Amino acid sequence: MILRELSEAYGVSGNEDDVRSILHDAVREHVDEVRVDALGNLLTVKRGTGEDPMRVMLAAHMDEIGLMVVGHDDKGMLKVRAVGGIDDRLLPGLVLSVGPDRVPGVVGIKPIHLVESDEMKKVSKLDELAVDVGAKSQDEAKEIAPLGTYATFATQYRELGGTVTGKAFDDRAGCAVLVELLRGDRFAFDLHAVFTVQEEVGLRGARVAAFAVDPDCAFALEGTIADDIPKEKEGSPTTRLGGGPAITVMDRSFIADRRLVRLLTSTAEDLDIPHQFKQPGVGGTDAGVIHLAREGVPSATVAVPSRYIHSPVALLSLEDFNNTVRLMRESLSRLTRETLE
Amino acid sequence: MEAIALLKQLSEAEGIAGFEGPVRDLVRQMWEPLVDEMYEGNLGSLIALKKGSGPEPRPKLMLAAHMDEVGLMVTDIEEGFLRIARVGGTDRRVLLGLEVTVHGRRDLPGVVATRPPHVLPKEERKKTVPLDKIFVDVGLPEEEVEALVSIGDLISIRRELSELKNRRVAGKALDDRACVAAITLALDRLSRIEHVWDVVAVATAQEETGLKGALTSAYGVAPDLAIALDVTFAEQPGVNKTGTLPLGEGPSIALGPNFHPKLVERMKDVAEDREIPYHLDPIPGRSGTDAWAIQVTREGVPTLLVSVPVRYMHQPVETLAAEDVERAGRLLAAFVADSEVGLLDEIAWKVGE
Repeated sequence: MILRELSEAYGVSGNEDDVRSILHDAVREHVDEVRVDALGNLLTVKRGTGEDPMRVMLAAHMDEIGLMVVGHDDKGMLKVRAVGGIDDRLLPGLVLSVGPDRVPGVVGIKPIHLVESDEMKKVSKLDELAVDVGAKSQDEAKEIAPLGTYATFATQYRELGGTVTGKAFDDRAGCAVLVELLRGDRFAFDLHAVFTVQEEVGLRGARVAAFAVDPDCAFALEGTIADDIPKEKEGSPTTRLGGGPAITVMDRSFIADRRLVRLLTSTAEDLDIPHQFKQPGVGGTDAGVIHLAREGVPSATVAVPSRYIHSPVALLSLEDFNNTVRLMRESLSRLTRETLE
Repeated sequence: MEAIALLKQLSEAEGIAGFEGPVRDLVRQMWEPLVDEMYEGNLGSLIALKKGSGPEPRPKLMLAAHMDEVGLMVTDIEEGFLRIARVGGTDRRVLLGLEVTVHGRRDLPGVVATRPPHVLPKEERKKTVPLDKIFVDVGLPEEEVEALVSIGDLISIRRELSELKNRRVAGKALDDRACVAAITLALDRLSRIEHVWDVVAVATAQEETGLKGALTSAYGVAPDLAIALDVTFAEQPGVNKTGTLPLGEGPSIALGPNFHPKLVERMKDVAEDREIPYHLDPIPGRSGTDAWAIQVTREGVPTLLVSVPVRYMHQPVETLAAEDVERAGRLLAAFVADSEVGLLDEIAWKVGE
């Protein structure tokens, strides 16, 4: 399963090289064209059978949230800032991989024995924390992790039995779905599969990729929030693990194209593929910029539900993953120019 | 014996307070070739005798370090998610994002989680998540969880030892397995050096829940002298420097009512004689260590405390300098080797002379 390799790869926004290499190796035999653009997007084309002249874009982002070294104190500690949406609540106690050599670094806080009770209630802000790589001096810290060094969670991919945990399922799950689609048969149209950069810092890569591809329609493939943990006031779980691929109707970044949503739901119903709608109004994806490319692109988002995204231990169901691949493959095989009329 | 290899095995072993089985088996295996006799105390401490060369009845020196660690316990199962309570002083600020092992009908890997920040009001994201909003997720369907997990099952934190720069290491249970390692290093040295005193090494149980293994094993051992070993606060960001010790500059020798002043002087002399760097650690009252319980065993035991500085205590990234553990081991072995038959008379309180 390529999700393991992708999840464990190192690829904070702006530093997606490792992920790009893995994906390039995984898809090169299955596509007709490959190129990397100025920002680092990996653009591939899988030519169609020639029956349909459409250009269909599928996008999944390679980058993950993480940290960047912005300073070194006189004790040899690294000062860091967030790259993307880091959850301050879960940093204390973590082991990080710092820099290309994956130097281990730890985040510790004031011991519980020395903390006043009101201090216990507050989450330490990122600028109050430091990363300890064992350096004894400022100079040594600078040598180990110069300014601008990226850091990510040091967790490994683990199988729990039907479900798996690991970091960066947002959006390596989407990348893995896209790899599976590329490994399959050709579609009627040309498939422009794009692995984008810098989604987590503002959908940067998808914006220029969509301009370059100039598609007739597009799908963003994601790993999205499943908030189906017990809670006091019964609210929407956003999506539910085991409920199948999550289809977005509307989120903070765009309103999905109704014709594409209908294609997805009717395909799912015809073939009995479990599926669900993502709670409207939550989150945003590359579709948010793709649908605004040039004169506008009808777009939709399909996602693998994932618990605890943006944490070192996201958790998804392999059945949901497989159903997402299946729903996308079947929907794309039914997609024609008429779908959009 | 290589210190980091010992620390790795010891830190990664499971052994929550009251349920020290796995770590006890590991320590037994480590000590087996180094001691003459070993037995398990009623509360789970591991007690090992290394005989001295002096004439019988020989005086006994007890070396104690606790092998238990803090952890979690299942208190309820809700929609297939596990509600949890703390065993010992587990810090709830470091629970999120942890990988754990739930000791159900079989061991189940799991993660500690709460609702994602994306769906929470901004204010809530700044507050430490209360325990009743934290769950352990083993990623299995509800029915399967109900069949495999019961209320009361223990949950161990899973964390490999990280080797940082400068032979510093970070792990989940270096409090107090670092000192179990130091005792192991001392026993190894003592198998090559002559010593007249009997040495009784004890890996104590249930320290984190109230010094219970030390209390009961000290009664059983009835030592003439005792040295407890524990971790102490190392300098770290955000912590007042007073009361902390620098990392990598040697173990500390504690001062205060819990410790026998003449033994303290003797330990300082031993350190200076062997050129082992050390710091003094003044503790004005309750030391919160096994030394506190051992000192008042039976008719009272002259007691010492040697500590290894550790950053981020009770967090799964407890960080120390391996060199400090090695120095603590050397210091203990040297103290034992220098202990003569008449040591007890020498340190006895004298009146009317």
